[in-house]
Amino acid sequence: MTEFDAASAAVQAALDAGARYADARVMHRRYESMTARNGDVEELTQDESIGLGVRALVGSSWGFHAVPDLSDAAARDAGRRAARTAAASARVPGPPVDLVPVEAVTASWASDCRLDPLGVPLSDKGDLLVEATRTMVRHGADLAEGLYQIWDTAKWFVSSEGHRIDQRTRECGGGISATSIGDGETQRRSWPSYRGQYGTTGWELVESLDLGAHAAQIAEESRALLTAPPCPAGETDLILGGEQLALQIHESVGHAIELDRILGWEAAFAGTSWLDLAQLGSLRYGSELMNITIDPTIPGALGSFGFDDEGSPAVKRDAVRDGRWVGVLAGRDSAAMAGLDYGGSVRADGWARLPMVRMTNVGLEPGPHTLEEIIAATDDGVLMDLNRSWSIDDKRLNFQFGCEVGWEIKKGRRGRMLRNPTYTGIGPLFWRSMDMLSGETVSWGTPNCGKGQPGQTGHTGHPAAPARFRGVRVGVSA
Amino acid sequence: MNESTEIELAGQVVELVRRLGGSGAQAEAVVTRADLALTRFANSAIHQNVSESTVGVRLRLHVDGRTAAGSGSVVTADGLRALVERTLTAARLCPPDPGWPGLAPPVPVPDAPPVDEATAHAEPDERADRVRAFVAAAGDLTTAGYCRTSHRSSAFANSAGHTAYGSSVEAAMDGIARRDGADGVARRCADRLADLDGAELGAHAAAKARAAADPVELPPGRYEVVFEPAAVADLLQNLSWYGFNGKRYAERQSFAEPGVAQFDQQVTVVDDPLGASGLPFDAEGTGRRALTLVDAGTTRAVAHDRRTAADAGAESTGHAIAGGATWGPMARNLRLAGAVAGPASAVGRSTTGTAAGAVVDTDTAALVAGMRRGLLVTDLWYTRVLDPKSLVVTGLTRNGVWLVEDGTVVRAVRDLRFTESYPRALGPGAVLALGARPVRQPDRVDGTWWTAPSVRLASWHFTGGASG
Repeated sequence: MTEFDAASAAVQAALDAGARYADARVMHRRYESMTARNGDVEELTQDESIGLGVRALVGSSWGFHAVPDLSDAAARDAGRRAARTAAASARVPGPPVDLVPVEAVTASWASDCRLDPLGVPLSDKGDLLVEATRTMVRHGADLAEGLYQIWDTAKWFVSSEGHRIDQRTRECGGGISATSIGDGETQRRSWPSYRGQYGTTGWELVESLDLGAHAAQIAEESRALLTAPPCPAGETDLILGGEQLALQIHESVGHAIELDRILGWEAAFAGTSWLDLAQLGSLRYGSELMNITIDPTIPGALGSFGFDDEGSPAVKRDAVRDGRWVGVLAGRDSAAMAGLDYGGSVRADGWARLPMVRMTNVGLEPGPHTLEEIIAATDDGVLMDLNRSWSIDDKRLNFQFGCEVGWEIKKGRRGRMLRNPTYTGIGPLFWRSMDMLSGETVSWGTPNCGKGQPGQTGHTGHPAAPARFRGVRVGVSA
Repeated sequence: MNESTEIELAGQVVELVRRLGGSGAQAEAVVTRADLALTRFANSAIHQNVSESTVGVRLRLHVDGRTAAGSGSVVTADGLRALVERTLTAARLCPPDPGWPGLAPPVPVPDAPPVDEATAHAEPDERADRVRAFVAAAGDLTTAGYCRTSHRSSAFANSAGHTAYGSSVEAAMDGIARRDGADGVARRCADRLADLDGAELGAHAAAKARAAADPVELPPGRYEVVFEPAAVADLLQNLSWYGFNGKRYAERQSFAEPGVAQFDQQVTVVDDPLGASGLPFDAEGTGRRALTLVDAGTTRAVAHDRRTAADAGAESTGHAIAGGATWGPMARNLRLAGAVAGPASAVGRSTTGTAAGAVVDTDTAALVAGMRRGLLVTDLWYTRVLDPKSLVVTGLTRNGVWLVEDGTVVRAVRDLRFTESYPRALGPGAVLALGARPVRQPDRVDGTWWTAPSVRLASWHFTGGASG
């Protein structure tokens, strides 16, 4: 029995049990992670999981069931149970469920991968982290940490509309951080990002990060931060590095344009959105420099794929164009309910989870400047980079972010390092204040996007470059 | 699968390690079957209804002085052999692990509370009926939330001859009612689905939402607060993860100082994993038991697994988790003790009529009655740590905030952002009163819960309003 056979059996059983639509995914995922601390490997974990999840639409209600068994009997039982669960949903029914049309295809897709990350010897991968963490300790870090993660995922998707798609995705990434501990506080510096950089690519990504070459500098900076002056409190011009801006995009744009949130489907847990569909196409989200795209076709970015988890092909779309809100992240059912004609942004983090609206690569198109030009054009401000903490309200409006490091900007020059920098604001007001944007774009990968109940961890990508924002409140503290 | 199957599988894995890795190989295996189901509703209709039946095998082994861990979902003979082979290969390629603490000895684990079979085998109709009751009780308000049940059955075996078995069930319901952008919430965790009353919870959430209408903006600053149990749960979670974590403590990243009166003398915190249905052993097979973390204001202990305990010259407290070498041991079942003699007042007062529903229980009413000017806070949201050692946290209020003057709820307030050190806010002299009745709150994942009464604190630092 092949994976396609198991998925087909589950779909057929759901149809036989009364479903008017069904789809099923078989997923086989191998995962490996290693952490090192202070010059020793701390933990090596490998996981291999395979199973089937089937989704059934009975009347206007969904049901989903997942099992780790690909036998014909187990697959058919899963299909029947999904249909039975859907029938139970009808005890508290909602509006009619339709699906926007998508062409049924038979297709295969695989991500680019030059160096198979699971094929790289463990000893080589361990040596990389051990050496980098030893260097950080030698340069003053109290805690020197290194991490890599690898996901190798094969999927087989079948729908009652005739889809038959297999995909192979290899993702990996890693990073290092140095923490220095003072009296009553800690300071941390990371490279290249908090938890590292990730992509839908091979081990060549990790090699390109050159972790060892940056170890000494971040260790010394973490120690220097303990005695650096605190970020002053007040309103000032704020320059954000690309890594922090990626998270700003993720939290205050990516989640806000998720159609399931806009429709209220995430109201109790993840929250809703300040966006009103009636304003799609007309609402001013930010300054005219703000051009945000939804693009799962970017080679190597962490949110890339060939087809989403309901069979829609990867397509690039606009979310914000010249500062105006023009698009959403949608699935086939949410799009139909909203009267839109596209889905394409539905994914699940494993075979046991229901696919839901998720960010793909949501990123900011590049601007005309460089970071150095932005600094040179700033008379009085603060430059912040690398995320340390993140928090935003349930409508995705009021945010407060902390960064690992700040630098004073005076008369167009970068000055003293500042510790505990934070900034806060309201999403659309903040984005409307963006007046300079760099073209030094990097697609930052976020492998830990939480959403949904039961909880799911999504992989998203965020092209971003440094930018300047005027009149931002900084330096909030306890 | 059943109990004997799970025990047998765990034993097979350990035996495979011995055969393939040699008699000197040390191994621990955990086999867990999980039946998890969650019925999710939004816009007053069920929109996601999911269930899963999964089996997982987790193996950690130590061979020739080196350690690795592996896990998988394939429990066929070939699948188990592949798991053992790849984990052995991984271990041999790892550098030496001089801190390996050895395996848990073969001692009996405590008895866990019995599981409710009806909850273990609950049908989707039973969850849907509770959702229907919640929605109906909220009347014309829009509702959203979930009802979930879980059943876990887990066997442990190690090559030191220690075995353990346990099963657990849990039911939880969490829902909001909303009108004109104002939300109210009701949230419960229980050992039996039968103990969850959808109608009661729906009415509770609706009363809060109705009372949250027409909120006003308040200026940032320090306010006296009454936190309801949902908000207190967030304090307990962050104190546990960042403070009472033996690894963070050893690395000087924790605020905890055992033996020091770090909290108000009214604060007693116990991790009580078997105070409700739960597995009786941790990821290393160590028996779980109650652990007093704070006793009348004095920090008494931090949580340990075998590795952190060995480092500290202590014994494991039964708090090992999968991945614990990195994250450290976690206490996930904290209970903040309530006041010994509960406050006397039984009635929440209001000048507006609509605000009366802000206070939905007598416990909270008594705390509100004692407040001259402050805020009643239902829930905290998106809390993130700015500094782990001082445990300064930022986050927002959610699901209802009200201004209290002279013991009376006077009106609803818009959500506020705060930035506050949690240990400092609970420090000596900072806790003005506790409610008498702790209420169990569910976490995102089953098996983790936080039990707390309402709490009145002298000061909480609100740093901004919803409009910035």
